[in-house]
Amino acid sequence: MTSTIEGSGPDLNEHYVLHVNGEFHDVVDAWVGESLLYVLRERLGMMGSKGACEQGECGSCSVMVEGELVCSCLVMAASVIGQPVVTIEGVAPKGVPSDVQRAFVDAGAVQCGFCTPGLIMATHALLERSPEPSEFEIREELSGNVCRCTGYGRIIEAVQRVSVSRAAGSRDVAGDAR
Amino acid sequence: MSIVAGERTAAGIGRGRLGDSIVRPDGTAKVQGSFAFSGDLSAEHCLWGATLRSPHPSARILSIDVTPAWAIDGVEAIITAADVPGRLHYGLISQDQPVFASEFVRYVGEPIAAVAADHPETCRRALQAIIVEYEVLQPLTDPERALDGSHPPIHPDGNLIRHQRIVSGDPEATGDIVVEANYEIGMQDQAFLGLEAALAMPDPGGDGVDLYVATQWLHEDQKQIAACLGLPLDKVRLTLGGVGGAFGAREDISLQVHTCLLALRTSRPVRIQYSREESFLGHVHRHPARIWMRHHATTNGVLVKVEARMVFDGGAYASTSSAVLINGITHTQGPYKCLNAVVDGYAVRTNNLPCGAMRGFGVVQACFAHEGQMDRLAAACGIDPVELRLRNAMVIGDKLITGQVIQNVAPVERCIRETAALPLPTEPVGGHDHDPMRLPGGAGRTADAEHIRRGIGFAVSIKNLMYSEGFDDYATARCRLADGVVTLKFATSEVGQGFVTIAGQIARTVLGVDDVLLDPIDTGVGSAGSTSASRQTWMSGGAVNAACLKVRRLLFEHVAATHGVDAALLAIDGGDIVDPVGSFRVSVADVTHDISFDETVEYRHAPTEDLDENGQGNCHTAFAFVAHRAVVDVDPELGLVKVIQIATAQDVGRALNPLSVIGQIEGGVAQGLGLAVMEEIIMTNGRVRNPSFTDYLLPTFLDMPDVVVSLIEEPDPIAPLGAKGVGEPPTISSTPAIVAAIRDAIGKQIDRVPVRPTDIIF
Repeated sequence: MTSTIEGSGPDLNEHYVLHVNGEFHDVVDAWVGESLLYVLRERLGMMGSKGACEQGECGSCSVMVEGELVCSCLVMAASVIGQPVVTIEGVAPKGVPSDVQRAFVDAGAVQCGFCTPGLIMATHALLERSPEPSEFEIREELSGNVCRCTGYGRIIEAVQRVSVSRAAGSRDVAGDAR
Repeated sequence: MSIVAGERTAAGIGRGRLGDSIVRPDGTAKVQGSFAFSGDLSAEHCLWGATLRSPHPSARILSIDVTPAWAIDGVEAIITAADVPGRLHYGLISQDQPVFASEFVRYVGEPIAAVAADHPETCRRALQAIIVEYEVLQPLTDPERALDGSHPPIHPDGNLIRHQRIVSGDPEATGDIVVEANYEIGMQDQAFLGLEAALAMPDPGGDGVDLYVATQWLHEDQKQIAACLGLPLDKVRLTLGGVGGAFGAREDISLQVHTCLLALRTSRPVRIQYSREESFLGHVHRHPARIWMRHHATTNGVLVKVEARMVFDGGAYASTSSAVLINGITHTQGPYKCLNAVVDGYAVRTNNLPCGAMRGFGVVQACFAHEGQMDRLAAACGIDPVELRLRNAMVIGDKLITGQVIQNVAPVERCIRETAALPLPTEPVGGHDHDPMRLPGGAGRTADAEHIRRGIGFAVSIKNLMYSEGFDDYATARCRLADGVVTLKFATSEVGQGFVTIAGQIARTVLGVDDVLLDPIDTGVGSAGSTSASRQTWMSGGAVNAACLKVRRLLFEHVAATHGVDAALLAIDGGDIVDPVGSFRVSVADVTHDISFDETVEYRHAPTEDLDENGQGNCHTAFAFVAHRAVVDVDPELGLVKVIQIATAQDVGRALNPLSVIGQIEGGVAQGLGLAVMEEIIMTNGRVRNPSFTDYLLPTFLDMPDVVVSLIEEPDPIAPLGAKGVGEPPTISSTPAIVAAIRDAIGKQIDRVPVRPTDIIF
């Protein structure tokens, strides 16, 4: 539990700089207890990362911190000062979807779309680590991302499509999540 | 047509007409993270709102002291029941649920007050500072005690929400073979990922409000909110905020009135977003149910009579319990011929969480019981379970136990045969690579593969489509055509199912255009009804189709008048208007360069009837059928289950977008699997023990098997596009098929879902 001083509101007096998607962002008048997810969304206006469970169970808030896939709801924003963060907004040049993003649309891997940004992040991370995963590996590696709409079949299809097309040499620069 | 899941579909190719697997128009925004869900909406000077909830399932409120909360910097408003200017209660069917509890709280999580403040943390501290004094009462948590009169009424409307009886044919009929059992269905949560969220923007004068909200039915929300705010309908304008899944849980009011009240009180924009725990408490769930069934049959396994008693636990408030109950009891027989029946159904009020709509709406519960019965009957008669179902399969012209006759399309036998013919999985227990991670539990070396038992189960279901019991069920759509571009307007909630995709396909097909624009989804046009009951493809699809057809007729008449051709002979060919027997051809874009058409149409399905006191009447509109076969591996020592494959043949009428249909089927099966072996809100004495994704387990990538699908396309002549709703059936019989497979694997009767490890071991 967060300690509470009876009768007082949170101190909104933290100032720091975050390095997100290759740019430096000032965070001002923040409460020290804010998660990275909250700061990305509410202070930096990057609404692509989604919160659905607040405890790292669903993966909707997945971002990269220093090349590691993390649940941004579990990371204090002030703890990643100086570490590069990549969010769904930074996965591909603005307006040009990555191969993973295109495959999700084309394969029917998107329904309500709430889990999708987190899954795009997780898929980029997976394919960086393991370019030609087996179906079982895809299931294992993405099992930290919950989808309630699709039953996962079309998502697996999308991941396999990217893997096949990358192996065939059609990988594009936009597919690199760094 | 058959599609095997996993086969590549031609998504994005083709012209985007009906029958094409085109991709979603909102797909790119969703993969880029730029699609605005309701929780992503904010405004200048926006405040956060939050809700104080009851910690008790039953208590009298003695006092509420909000003054300590006012002492916290940043708090801008605190409201309770005393601040509700209009109607104090709301509800979809009966208005029995308070906007804020004032005298009594009747379930854990019931709203008591709401605050608005500058930061979510300020809100949390403000809620903590409000002092509520309670006299804690003994909660009513056993639905049987709600029925037997042993607990005093917990609500002025009483503890019985509805009782309905069905008596059909000869109630005294008996069969040579009789099987009976008690079945139990646990409380399932819809668990959409996009938490409840809304943004309210007050009018400058404070006499109206705009609400951006994720909901299933904008106009019904508008009606209920306006009544509680004491405002005329046109002063409460709703726009659909992006919806992160729904599955029934957004049919009832949750945060809508609270958000508007706080905005009107502060004259500032206010947004509320629930936490996951709050979401578990703050929306209705699938009814837990206890069902007794007795089936009578001949020695050949032909059904003679069904008897049932169903008790649905509605929780503290009525919501849609009375309609869920009717769905349950009118589907007692399943998709099987049976003339004689005696059924009693009860929906009761308890101090458990309120229950209402969830995908399958009462039929999930009935199907779990009737399919358990069919397997018992097969065993008692010594007949193969698939053969038994074929012997009893309903056909066109058969009467339901309500007296209603099945019309037009009823491919029950085809569903069964095609499902049974789909290929079984080829890999052995543990897979071809003998990887212990593939064994039930997925944790590695938990068992020897030779100790794992494989089972196969089968289940079939019937589901009513659209609203029932005389409800005036309609949908509205507006079509404008100018410069070769169609603009569609409707209030149909897009919750992920893909109505926005097929709406464009309909317009392109009817009007021969390539470009279709969709206006914002809001209350600026007539109601579309709810995105529920598998109804929007039929209803809003019917409305879009009718509006486009009306525009096309006017277009043809205009072309006929200006070009001296016969309007009756004109047709659309690609992007052109042609006279198929002549040489006349002109493009839709050219014709509409200097003239536009604008038509709004309401579509209604054929009227339905109430049930009489014996449960007789044509209460439903149409039906869809489906069969499921499940293959499971069970670890009998640890009680773990791994579903290996689901095969299904589904009666879809016509697949307007096969890729979307596959998505509905796979997603629906996942929720059926969840109910079968994972998902249950566990309540002890009215308290929820697992309101989080750590403790309420949802199927992940590792829990979902391959789904092998066959689409049965027999267009329904009364459906405007031949297409039936496809969202609910996958969720219904997938659950009993999985449980049948578990029984088959371990040779033991299991009559409750979800199946727990202890149900398997002991």
